[in-house]
Amino acid sequence: MEQISYILQQVVNGIQLGAVYALIALGYTMVYGVLRLINFAHGDVFMLGAFVAYFLISKFGLPVYLVFILTMVSCALVGYVIEKVAYKPLRDAPKISLLITAVGVSLFLEYFLSLKALFTPNYIPFPKPFEIETYDLSFFVITNVQLLIFIITFISLFILYLLIYKTRYGIAMRAVSYDKETASLMGVGIDGIISFTFIIGASLAGVGGILYGIAYPQINVFMGIMPGIKSFIAAVLGGIGIIHGAVVGGLIIGLCEVFVSAFLSSTFRDGVIFIILFAVLLFRPMGIFGKRIEKV
Amino acid sequence: MRFLKESKQFLVVAFIIYVILKALFVFGVASSYIQQIVQYAVIIALTSIGLNIIYGFTGQFSLGHAAFYGIGAYTSAYLTKVLGIDSLFSYIPVLMACSVISGLIGFLIGIPILKLKDDFLAIATLGFGTLVRVFFDNSDKISDVLGGSRGFVGIPKITNLELVLFFTLFIIVITRHMINSRFGLFWRCIKDDELAASSIGINTANMKLMAFTYGCMLAGFGGAFYANLYTFLHPSNFDILKSIDFLIIVIIGGMGNIVGTILASFIWVGFIEGLRIILPSEVLDIRWVVIPILLIFIMMWRPYGIMAKKTK
Repeated sequence: MEQISYILQQVVNGIQLGAVYALIALGYTMVYGVLRLINFAHGDVFMLGAFVAYFLISKFGLPVYLVFILTMVSCALVGYVIEKVAYKPLRDAPKISLLITAVGVSLFLEYFLSLKALFTPNYIPFPKPFEIETYDLSFFVITNVQLLIFIITFISLFILYLLIYKTRYGIAMRAVSYDKETASLMGVGIDGIISFTFIIGASLAGVGGILYGIAYPQINVFMGIMPGIKSFIAAVLGGIGIIHGAVVGGLIIGLCEVFVSAFLSSTFRDGVIFIILFAVLLFRPMGIFGKRIEKV
Repeated sequence: MRFLKESKQFLVVAFIIYVILKALFVFGVASSYIQQIVQYAVIIALTSIGLNIIYGFTGQFSLGHAAFYGIGAYTSAYLTKVLGIDSLFSYIPVLMACSVISGLIGFLIGIPILKLKDDFLAIATLGFGTLVRVFFDNSDKISDVLGGSRGFVGIPKITNLELVLFFTLFIIVITRHMINSRFGLFWRCIKDDELAASSIGINTANMKLMAFTYGCMLAGFGGAFYANLYTFLHPSNFDILKSIDFLIIVIIGGMGNIVGTILASFIWVGFIEGLRIILPSEVLDIRWVVIPILLIFIMMWRPYGIMAKKTK
């Protein structure tokens, strides 16, 4: 009995982490869909979200809903600027050049924020926006932080679903990720759609950053590296370019990580995630939901 | 010995550099810190040449080079400490062992992951790098000597200027010959167009594996020298950021340019380590803000690197 409730508790914790990964993975998967680029800087946009929220809460003491809105707006802005400044001039360059540029943007954001005049490379405690309460549900306990994460993630996913499947922008975005040239022949403005994708992805990562900061209240300028890579793995696991694949992949990666920490050792959790990556790349490179692509 | 004759000019320049460095060291012009970073720069050059073979010549983008460097370092540290090696002659077999182990692991990991291309290869090699780091972090569970996340301490100091310099020269001469051989031609073919290369009968899978293994072997040598130079290892010395260091050196030096890589290694080490003597720490932090911006600009204007040979 105790064992079952322990496992259930870990499931709740795993979904908490997985929800954050899913929010980041969506940005990776959408950007990969339209640009075929692993946006290494995406993990740092996530970090930036946590830092903007930290700044807004600790300096201005804003209410939580305003923090969410302002953080999303500023992350969207950063995502837009990154795309316009760093990636757009290289759209026709070799794929690797784009990848190296992405690494460069990522390093720039990290080291710029870690300057002593700004946030320093040390860990910073994230302020509590509200008191943490715990509800005992006899099998497991759940905190209001976890509830907040579940609700916000659910709302974000719902809005994203409407945006992608019910609006003209969404149709255009799917068209671009299916075939860029044909989409542009059909009158889709490619540049606008790519910017739109970056804005959506970055604001979701910003939400992820705030939630991560509230749930694990220690932030650091390098905190985006590992969650960023793991979320990318989640996107690959679900099938890169597939929206619901990113969500399912994020949840699986989050659950795996928490279960490995709980039952094996927390030092092995990164290793297990990368073993999943190797298994996916070798045995099912199109991911869980992907379709096999015929070789040309 | 034919190949030594062909590299005569290069060897003469190298020997002059050695004499100048030795004179500076002996007459005490260079402090022990500078002596150390000169040797370190040579080690970085050796390892970066390995990455240049993999990425610059063969076009296989690897973000896990520091892992093979780390494998070499830990192997050498373990062997020299456990076997109590302190003389140069018994150190050579250890060096060979480090390189063979790095190369073997590179070979085994290369068989599956070299099927991947571009960005997926980058993620897979990055994943391997992280796995190796997790292994180093937990290595004290295997043997207490390895130290795990506390770091590996008490490695005998064997590396000296002559050993590093002449060994690296030897490797460079061999590498130049590899590049000018049939294999080097095949590697460049694969980089330019893998499909076309396979259509003219090049076994691309084997050639990529060969380049990757060779690059990893050079990283193994570099790592071994590093371990016996600094006498202390920590898993964080071999993480993603270190792999990116090597990548930046290859890009500055130019893809497929060995001399450029060597120059870039010295510039890089001078910039990162050497400036510590001159500048205060507040200014030093800005280095890492400038480097990424430079990297982005290089990618926009010279996507094959600053010192790359002109391509049509």
